[in-house]
Amino acid sequence: MDAYLFIDFGSTFTKLTLVDAYEDNVIATEKSHTTVNNDVAEGYEKALRMLRKKVGKAFNIKKKLACSSAAGGLKIISIGLVPELTAEAAKRAALGAGAKVIKTYSFQLNHCEMEEVKNSDANIILLAGGTDGGNSKSIIHNAKMIAKHKISIPIVVGGNKSCTDEVKEIFGKDIEYYITENVMPKLNTINIDPAREIIRKIFMNNITHVPGMNEVEEKISQVIMPTPAAVLRATEVLSKGSLRESGLGDLAVVDIGGATTDIHSAAEGYPIKSSVLLKGLQEPFMKRTVEGDLGLRYSAKSLYEGSGSLLLKKYLNDKKYNLDEEIDKRYKNVDIVPENEDERYFDEAIAKVCVDISMERHVGKIESLYSPTGMIFYQEGKDLQNLSYLLGTGGVLVNSYNPKNILEVGLNKEENSMILKPRNSKFLLDKEYILSAMGLLSTIDEEKAVRMMKKYIVEI
Amino acid sequence: MQDKKTIVLGVIGSDCHAVGNKILDHALTESGFNVVNIGVMSPQEDFINAAIETDADVIMVSSLYGHGEIDCRGMKDKCLEAGLEDVLLYVGGNIVVGKQEWKDVKYRFNAMGFDRIYPPGTSLERAVEDLRADLYKDHRAAV
Ligand code: B12
Repeated sequence: MDAYLFIDFGSTFTKLTLVDAYEDNVIATEKSHTTVNNDVAEGYEKALRMLRKKVGKAFNIKKKLACSSAAGGLKIISIGLVPELTAEAAKRAALGAGAKVIKTYSFQLNHCEMEEVKNSDANIILLAGGTDGGNSKSIIHNAKMIAKHKISIPIVVGGNKSCTDEVKEIFGKDIEYYITENVMPKLNTINIDPAREIIRKIFMNNITHVPGMNEVEEKISQVIMPTPAAVLRATEVLSKGSLRESGLGDLAVVDIGGATTDIHSAAEGYPIKSSVLLKGLQEPFMKRTVEGDLGLRYSAKSLYEGSGSLLLKKYLNDKKYNLDEEIDKRYKNVDIVPENEDERYFDEAIAKVCVDISMERHVGKIESLYSPTGMIFYQEGKDLQNLSYLLGTGGVLVNSYNPKNILEVGLNKEENSMILKPRNSKFLLDKEYILSAMGLLSTIDEEKAVRMMKKYIVEI
Repeated sequence: MQDKKTIVLGVIGSDCHAVGNKILDHALTESGFNVVNIGVMSPQEDFINAAIETDADVIMVSSLYGHGEIDCRGMKDKCLEAGLEDVLLYVGGNIVVGKQEWKDVKYRFNAMGFDRIYPPGTSLERAVEDLRADLYKDHRAAV
């Protein structure tokens, strides 16, 4: 039996998905703790042994591909000029590459900020600033600061093309840098794919920051992308379809994790009504937002202490809990799984808060203004009111008795809301937890990936 | 006199009031400026692109129909990205709806990054005087 093996090195678990190379079947899935005896390789070997046992008969692995979010995933600092323009475009490029954006800086950086950059645990810096032919002061200044502070991580330069030669000169041989296309070549026009691709390549070649990963890389073909990039890719092919297989159309994926809640949307999100004017930076068709303060474990604390505390009470429905204790328990033991109904109920209430707030932040908003001609409406961000599908992934949804209940929170129930959340989406569930594997599969066989997702992702 | 200074002139947003724009063009040209008139119904990007191409010194925005505030929002930021940090931004016409306290209006447009903000009924001589002061005496270096 020929098979593909897909590996997802997570922060806690390494997950294996074995896919039949000819039939559109998942043969088996297995997981083990990512690090066993402090070693990623051993965790992987253990999972593989368990997988072999589960399958019971011999199989030949035709191809292995992996994605990883181990050791905190890929961490990027983005730098731009104006916060709403090139700094935002750079941030979106980094998020689209599956990175965790640890901080975004704007304008000309000072020494304090550079110290911060230097002391951070970022893996890559994305340096932007200026449209092509536009502002050159800021990117040149920031490049000089990077050189002066001898920043030792790779710098991706995606700014004003007119500055490329000068930036190269400034960096010389001391800085590892990669020149790519401008993330905002013209005013309000974004161009994030080239930067995304370079970031992925650097990630692929430099994933040595995870202890033991080098060894694993010799055993498997290669870790080709960060896990969120694989999920984003899966979302894109499921939405658009392939040459022979139709896609599902507009789609958003909600991924509730322990530390973050990610939303990936595949939609243009243009205004529904022709009277609404669009403003602000252009939205990417594939948009990913990451909420670092919303999660079930590590980020349960920030959720509770910040924007989510009132909502949490609402979703607990008056059920009695010692809130501080429950939150603390989850914050401190990020590996715990619910053991009884009460714990599960509490987890699901947190999950609802995650869905509620992260959807609200992901979608666009409408602003109204009085004018001589009456009210006029401006939209900033994506209008997802007519979104066809909302797809849930992540343990809490997969293990829930009623995942629909949790996803429903992502919809807008108010009549005249200015927040452009979906209204009548159907709900899908990544029941077998295969999205990241399908993102990897799509790099070798897009048709198969679409067919398998349509088979394994179920409507609920 | 020094070499001619260049002004990009236009009416912003979906505003189609064309008469004032023609008069401004004429008056500024007569006063010795090189006027690049991009006309009515011009988005922010058109002003900025014209300023880049013509190496302009001033962008002069007209808004007559009352949506001036929303139409002008974010323009200074875009000028920064476009490398026009030293280009002056003027705005005039009927920039807000109806009668509002001028002091407040001026404050809001100042905060948006405009250098000169003119109330309705401003004489063109006044604007020309300001232009000369701003452009020929290296007035900005002192600001
Ligand atoms: C003619 C006119 C129209 C014509 C325009 C024809 C055309 N294509 O030019 C038509 C009928 C199409 C029209 C439509 C509208 N109009 Co009209 N229109 C006028 C009117 C009567 C005259 C405008 C004019 O030509 N004035 C003569 C020129 C020379 O003056 P000006 O335009 O003000 O420009 C001078 C100064 O403002 C100044 N200036 C202008 N820009 C700048 C910039 C700088 C930097 C400086 C220093 C100076 C400066 O210098 C200019 C030259 O002296 C005015 C009322 C009025 N009396 O001003 C209303 C007026 C401008 N319109 C108004 C309105 C509301 C509208 C509509 C929204 C009406 C509607 N409900 O549909 C539409 C908008 C259409 C659109 N998309 O733009 C309002 C604006 C209200 C406000 N801002 O609060 C006004 C003030 C009438 C009113 N009192 O209500 N309009």
